[in-house]
Amino acid sequence: MSVRNDVAERVPGGDAGLIVAVLLVIYAAYVLAGVGLGYSVRGQLNTIGVLTFYIGVFAMLALALNLQWGYTGLFNIGIVGFMAVGIYVMALVSKPLYESGGAAQVGGLGLPLIVGIVAGMAAAALLGAVIALPALRLRADYLAIVTIAMSEIVRFSFLSGKLQQFQLLGERVGFGGGSGLILDFTNPLEAFFQFFGLWDAYLGFVSAFEVIIPNNPKPVVDGLVYGVVLLGFVAVYFWLLKRTGESPFGRVLKAIREDEDVANSLGKNTNRFKIKAFMLGCALMGLAGILWLMTSGAVTPNFFRPRITFFIWIALIIGGAGSNTGSVLGGAVFAALLYQGPRYLKNLIDTVIPNADAPSGFGPAVSPLISNFDPAPLFFYTIDSVRQLQLVFMGLVLIWLMHNRPEGMLGHRKETAAGIPLTAPRASEPAETDGDDAGGGSGE
Amino acid sequence: MGIAETYTRGRQFAITRPGSVLLALVGVVLLFDLIAGLATGQHSFSGIGSLVWDGLMRGLVVGLAGIGLSMTYSILNFANFAHGDYITAGAFSGWATTYLVAGFGRADVGALVLVGAGGSVFGGTLGIGVTTTPLAVVAGILVAGIATVALALFVDRTTFRPIRDADGITLLITSVGVAFALRYLMQFVFGSSVRGTTSQPPAIPLYLVDGAVRIDAHDVALVVVAGGLMLGVHLLLQMTKLGKAMRAMADNEDLAQITGIPTERVVRAVWVIGGGLTGMAGYMFILWKGTLGFNDGWLLLLLIFAAVILGGIGSIYGAIVGGLAIGLTASVSIIWIPSAFARAAAFAVMIILLLVKPEGLFSGRSTA
Amino acid sequence: MSDPDVTNADSDTARDPAGSVPGAETTHSPSLNLGSSGPGVGEEYPLQVDGLRKTFGGITAVDDASFRVARGSLTGLIGPNGAGKSTTFNLITGMLQPDAGTVTFDGEDITGQKPHAIANKGLVRTFQIARELQEMTVLENLMLAPKGQHGEALWRSVTPGFRDHVVEQEEELLERVWDVIEFFDIDHIADEYAGNLSGGQRKLLELARALLTDPDMLLLDEPFAGVNPSLEKRLLEHIHELREQGYTFLLVEHDMDLIMENCERVIVLHQGQVLTEGSPDEIQADEEVIEAYLGGNV
Repeated sequence: MSVRNDVAERVPGGDAGLIVAVLLVIYAAYVLAGVGLGYSVRGQLNTIGVLTFYIGVFAMLALALNLQWGYTGLFNIGIVGFMAVGIYVMALVSKPLYESGGAAQVGGLGLPLIVGIVAGMAAAALLGAVIALPALRLRADYLAIVTIAMSEIVRFSFLSGKLQQFQLLGERVGFGGGSGLILDFTNPLEAFFQFFGLWDAYLGFVSAFEVIIPNNPKPVVDGLVYGVVLLGFVAVYFWLLKRTGESPFGRVLKAIREDEDVANSLGKNTNRFKIKAFMLGCALMGLAGILWLMTSGAVTPNFFRPRITFFIWIALIIGGAGSNTGSVLGGAVFAALLYQGPRYLKNLIDTVIPNADAPSGFGPAVSPLISNFDPAPLFFYTIDSVRQLQLVFMGLVLIWLMHNRPEGMLGHRKETAAGIPLTAPRASEPAETDGDDAGGGSGE
Repeated sequence: MGIAETYTRGRQFAITRPGSVLLALVGVVLLFDLIAGLATGQHSFSGIGSLVWDGLMRGLVVGLAGIGLSMTYSILNFANFAHGDYITAGAFSGWATTYLVAGFGRADVGALVLVGAGGSVFGGTLGIGVTTTPLAVVAGILVAGIATVALALFVDRTTFRPIRDADGITLLITSVGVAFALRYLMQFVFGSSVRGTTSQPPAIPLYLVDGAVRIDAHDVALVVVAGGLMLGVHLLLQMTKLGKAMRAMADNEDLAQITGIPTERVVRAVWVIGGGLTGMAGYMFILWKGTLGFNDGWLLLLLIFAAVILGGIGSIYGAIVGGLAIGLTASVSIIWIPSAFARAAAFAVMIILLLVKPEGLFSGRSTA
Repeated sequence: MSDPDVTNADSDTARDPAGSVPGAETTHSPSLNLGSSGPGVGEEYPLQVDGLRKTFGGITAVDDASFRVARGSLTGLIGPNGAGKSTTFNLITGMLQPDAGTVTFDGEDITGQKPHAIANKGLVRTFQIARELQEMTVLENLMLAPKGQHGEALWRSVTPGFRDHVVEQEEELLERVWDVIEFFDIDHIADEYAGNLSGGQRKLLELARALLTDPDMLLLDEPFAGVNPSLEKRLLEHIHELREQGYTFLLVEHDMDLIMENCERVIVLHQGQVLTEGSPDEIQADEEVIEAYLGGNV
């Protein structure tokens, strides 16, 4: 009985092909919807850029979570805490030095962006170690509670007035407290192109877009290019985690998830494996947090609410925990259909049916329905409230998944944890091979 | 007992239970600091008294809401992450009733039912309070309890019962889905604003050494209602057959496992009792603090988990004591750490507890 | 078979030391290639248990148990249900902490050490209820077991260049695993998820997995339940071969014939205590043992 009977076998190009195919379908759907409803070119390209951005970050975070949960069975619902540590530490390290009279209340250490990024990842991994060392032996739901409590403590810390401003190595730095931090370092895209001496080429590339976007195309192009960069990172994450999973290390992780006592009884020091997997996952979450926010201009602690952690869980469950390909697909589907999708839908509907006087509350929306059977205000209020309703929808989707398809899209597929394919049947007669046996025939 | 014997016993205790010793040391240090602060006038007795009172009040809410969570956790075997939103749901349904009763004829029915969404009507304007509109408050409490019971049963029937046999993680994740759906539906209907729900209640200053601790009518109401409900639960557990069955199930893990998945009757009882207490806790919480927002329950959730874990999952008396302890921790910790970290202190207590003694304080005792 | 104490790195008939240089040849032989240089010669009694005690609540599961197992022996551990056999295994292998007593392995006190440390020293056990890793295939289950896998270090598996060595070792491991699978007659289900196996197949997987760690001593907890007789016979033959090379086995079994025919020494547990020990004949004739099994109070 064959173990592999999944869709990916039938798609040319295997897993990579499947991912590309799904992405193309998503993009096509978005573009067609936009074109069909007369959305402007600028709006379309903007939307594609934003969509790609969210596909990128959710795929990266789902992949990192998959390592911790799908492979090792570690139930981490403190993801935002690690993202926060990543970007805040990076900001601390890479923000320019403080100058009084500037817009920024505090400065940073003024080190290059790359140093900041590495520092942020290291800090996230360190926080992961701090949690992991005592807590990884807890059962899954207790670990969940500890991780979400930690992420809230992290948020409180960045909110607090005490850490708003302090001295480090003689420089005035801080985390900005409730008002957050201005990320006034060089725009990463610019830094990147300048490093390679391609900045002017890039500006030329941007101006070429003036053909289709006559008015200030740079933000739109920046968005698209950054989205592509993020997809590149997704590919790197995928490569890294595929290698990690398809190896003896990954094999031990899976064994830990299945039955940790067995792994121990075979001589594997499971604690060490769990800590390494957890730290690696946390570092990747830190990097994802950095990539998510470093072009934002500013970061505030209240961005990092548990809600985002649950988004990533939903993405992973949709895609299928245990499968790296599933994680990417889940991130893409989540971003396209559950996160960005409803907002895009709202934008489209707004273009077609302008609703300047949508009611501001549920009461005013419903009373015309009751008194005059007029459903329009309720309809407009619903469209306006898409940001809340999409969350209700996500909750219902999650419940549906847990009832009907907890393994998601690809979770049923077990990605074999070995450095080589294990399914090739063995060559029949050893005597036919390179004559490497002596001392007694080996005919079976 | 000779000195030498005490010494060796003490030493043995210190070696085998270093965590407890450390905790005791920390406690002693903090106590000394407090006494020193009182002596030097850095802290005032009345200030401390106010913090303690505040902590106890908060603790009553957390404890009352924690009973339901503890029962769900032990009898249904999963951590219900939607519990916080049950609190909020109870609060909204109860307060809609109170607004309606108190404000009938004086304001638009729609605005009243939506608890003044969008600033359409204010509790203060309506003069709502336990002394001024007692009937409205009582009606609110009752409706809060009943509505939450109905909600809990409905959610159980539709989302938890179909997967009753599933493992705790699956149920936990499902409960997150329920939490999302509930919370943002409430935001959709009731709006995002935080509204003031009561007018200033009458207060009595309680003189304590160097100042007054302010005790107002809503504090008293909370004590009365929470105390009464807890007494009721106690009587239920000790005197009824159902109560005995629940104590047996909570007490004896093995018995619970042998009898397998609990009968639907016990499950219903869990949701009815737990849901009712939770809804009423939600209502009283809002009455006490005077404001209402759609996130209020969710913000309490981790504190409630802390209380339940501290008291021991499945122990109802543990939930009450745990609630008080956590409430006190969150309030009183301000003496020593910045106020931004007050809740963090309660979380830290919970984390330490999970690492050191996850069974909690009341585990394995023959209480419920 | 060559002397296991002589390790010839380039001899075709010797076994490869575990974790050998990639590229060393492996032999295909009629019996199992466990890939090691054999157990250390040394202690006459590799396993010694002294005064072990374990109490759960009010029940003393293991009460002052003391015994030792001779090198190269197949020693049986028998006793009525509830005698404390599995608990004793758990205490020896570190899954439970004893309340009192010591466990000595190869001259070293291993009392209360962590299970993985004990397993790495060469003392490995199987479980009475087979604990296969259900969502992993038989091959994956078995590839997990061998010691000294370079790829278990994360950086080696990921870094280009170093990964090539890991891949080479994986190929070697796969060869060894196939040898074992073929010997155990489970090659037709190599690709199957372990969760789909029959009871007997799971037992075989359990035993094969333990053998692949190349232990010096194996604690086998009812390894043959559900295994067909001819395969059982073959496995026992193999165990006897391994014994001759110095591997030691402690076997818990309920099949008295098996015990009496194969073990040269039998230890009898009853109510957590060592009732008696001796040769199979002595045990069979022992009145106390008979009474214990028949339910009399001893």
